[in-house]
Amino acid sequence: MDSSTEADHGAASSDDAAVAGAPEKASAAGPGPGAESEPGAGPGSGAPPPGLGAARSVPRWRRTLRPYLLIVPALLLTGGILYPFGLGLYYTVFDFAASKPQPDPVGLENYRRIFTDSSFWDSAWVTVLYAVGAAAVETVLGVAVALLLHRSTLVGRVLEKVLILPLMIAPVIAAIIWKLMLQPSVGVVNHLLRPFGLGGVQWTDTPTGALLSSIAVDVWVYTPFVAILALAGLRSLPTSPFEAAAVDGGSWWFTFRKLTMPMLWPYVLVAVIFRFMDSLKVFDIIYALTEGGPGDSTVVLQIRAYLEAIRFQRYSFGLSYMIVLWAVVYLAAMVLVRYLGRIQNRAAEVPK
Amino acid sequence: MDMHGKLGHDRRRFLALTAAASSAPLLSACGAGFGGGDSKSDGSAADDVTGSFDWRRHKGTTIKALLNKHPYTDALIAELGTFTEKTGIKVEYDVFPEDNYFDKLTVDLSSGRASYDIFMLGAYMVWQYGPPGWLEDLGPWMRNESATGAEWDQSDFLPSLLEGTRWSLKAGEPLGRGGQYALPWGWEANVVAYNTEVFDKLGLRPAESFDELRELAGTIKRKAPGAGFDGMYGVAVRGSRSWATIHPGFMTMFSRYKLKDFTVEGEGLKPAMNSPEAITFTRDWADMVKKGGPPSWTSYTWYQCSSDLGAKKAGMLFDADTAAYFQAVKGASPAAGNIAFHPGPKGPDGSLATNMWIWSLGMNAKSGKKSAAWLFLQWATGKEHLRKGAIEYNHIDPVRKSVSDDAAYRNKMKELPGFIETFEAVQDQTRIQFTPQEQFFDATTSWASALQEIYGGKSAGPVLNGLADDLAPKVG
Repeated sequence: MDSSTEADHGAASSDDAAVAGAPEKASAAGPGPGAESEPGAGPGSGAPPPGLGAARSVPRWRRTLRPYLLIVPALLLTGGILYPFGLGLYYTVFDFAASKPQPDPVGLENYRRIFTDSSFWDSAWVTVLYAVGAAAVETVLGVAVALLLHRSTLVGRVLEKVLILPLMIAPVIAAIIWKLMLQPSVGVVNHLLRPFGLGGVQWTDTPTGALLSSIAVDVWVYTPFVAILALAGLRSLPTSPFEAAAVDGGSWWFTFRKLTMPMLWPYVLVAVIFRFMDSLKVFDIIYALTEGGPGDSTVVLQIRAYLEAIRFQRYSFGLSYMIVLWAVVYLAAMVLVRYLGRIQNRAAEVPK
Repeated sequence: MDMHGKLGHDRRRFLALTAAASSAPLLSACGAGFGGGDSKSDGSAADDVTGSFDWRRHKGTTIKALLNKHPYTDALIAELGTFTEKTGIKVEYDVFPEDNYFDKLTVDLSSGRASYDIFMLGAYMVWQYGPPGWLEDLGPWMRNESATGAEWDQSDFLPSLLEGTRWSLKAGEPLGRGGQYALPWGWEANVVAYNTEVFDKLGLRPAESFDELRELAGTIKRKAPGAGFDGMYGVAVRGSRSWATIHPGFMTMFSRYKLKDFTVEGEGLKPAMNSPEAITFTRDWADMVKKGGPPSWTSYTWYQCSSDLGAKKAGMLFDADTAAYFQAVKGASPAAGNIAFHPGPKGPDGSLATNMWIWSLGMNAKSGKKSAAWLFLQWATGKEHLRKGAIEYNHIDPVRKSVSDDAAYRNKMKELPGFIETFEAVQDQTRIQFTPQEQFFDATTSWASALQEIYGGKSAGPVLNGLADDLAPKVG
């Protein structure tokens, strides 16, 4: 135990020294690795005593290379993301399509077409409605569920485990299951509603119904995600303010409004940001449930991009849709994350 | 300290260099073109096949097939051993359900790789896959006697089917000219199938006109539930927001009214689905669905339509004959034994014009094993396999005259009331009723979306005019 700690320490200090004291070490370092290592400093580590002359045994070229090697994974990852992104961006200034395999550069024509096309604005509106609707309902329900589960009864602990189940189901499968359950003639939902005189509801057959049904499936799948984050937040809150509030006779609503919510909000906001970003990019749930219908009522941006790029094989135009969607998500994320930072600072009482 | 600064500088330079190095392939990749598009027109690989025809020319070769989950495919897969025995060629295959099949195929072909040598496709797909040069023109293979055995017998195919998979690749030009981009393998005519039990009980007869059909559908929806058919509605037709909603019943009835999707004007196409007659027809179709169609119609694909007929939820089905056939086979569904076929309503002038779907087999233009793949196509569309498929399996609706005239096949199909009569009644007027053009999938998907809006209560005129305005620049 002891020796491994020492070895760690030695390694850390050698790293510092690699930068600060490189020249003198280079001259002092003997050719034999581990020549000056102390017994018990860890097998093969060659760690010198902490402080002066550290890492003498590591050849210079390896020390110089180390920082570069360290960033290789990050570089690969960044390249892996940026390369297709850059290529995609490049394609959007052409009119590349299956019917135009040798495309001509068209400048920003694709973007101009998108922004002057009413179907884009319809899709953008539906996307925003969906994202705001889903994120809002999931937040309210998620926090409510977390508050209920926080009372650590046996039921709470059991439910907590059960609650994660929807998160384990692929959203597209959840949507297909819901599509079957919402089917008016054979679905179980209308069968259960029949005694209440609601057996004839045609869930996904009207524009509003289709949008609400899609949001409902999203809520079913992702509320547990918000609930779990909120629950973790609740459990990490200090108990003393609540005890003080209880002593002073604060009501439940007062405690919730003035103590729980302000302290919990940074945790919940993380969940909200995740859910909002994800819902802006929604594809699977809507595609499996309505394919964007009836009419164009649930054609969110991602579905339109998919139809253009994959189904209709107009690659450049479809990619332009994706880039626009990316920009929207990026901007929304920037604003929300900045807000989150402010909230967290306030919660931690860090003056600006 | 100094060193520190130098190192920091080095790192920055390293990052800059790496970024530059990584952007070099990026730019060159962009500059190198967009994949595909290098379709050569310097003769066909079929010309390389010489000498006498030999089934075992490519023994030891392995070819890859992409197949759609379908009863026709089941017959093919079950008989693959026969092919391998005959030719020594091994066939590896992937099967995908129809919902994803065409996306998989489209993405695969557009990537320009030859991951599959052969695949299933519909005649409409030729319009999308043909122009970019993804499909091998099978004409030269068919004409080369060294590559094609005499027993394959091209003249045995129903002419309309060979024509349906042949195109000049020019929008608006009629089918039947140009390259043979696929071979017909099975087909489906869109007709009416109905539940004889409910028809007998309510004293109904199949509709002979579209007006009658609409009335009949409404009557069944009103009366059948009270006559012991719980939850039964009138007519099952497709309604999802997909190209597949337009081509079966809707396009068949549309054509029987002599209506057109597009008209050819000079060099371009003009949308015609918003002509005054087409607007009236479309409104009536949506009205029929509202009064006698399935609940939640906008989610209906052929799977739901077909299973509703089988489950006695639908009194009639206006869709592919096979969609009804698979429910009508003995023991296949609760309605089996009570399903009969009828050509469906005639047009105002008695027309039985019928739109068809041709399940075809095609070859990847990028395939490196074309000669072996051609042997497979010959076998799969040959008399022997198709006859066996039709009689021993469920590969019905033969593309070959020799099979549809076969006594054993006719005996088998006689068990289904009206099947052979219906088939023969529509056969001569059955063809692809769409105007061939590359934007077929966009046009029909948007058309389905417009149909859903009309069904949802919007006025047919403005919706279809909007559709035509949207499509005009894309196809024009």
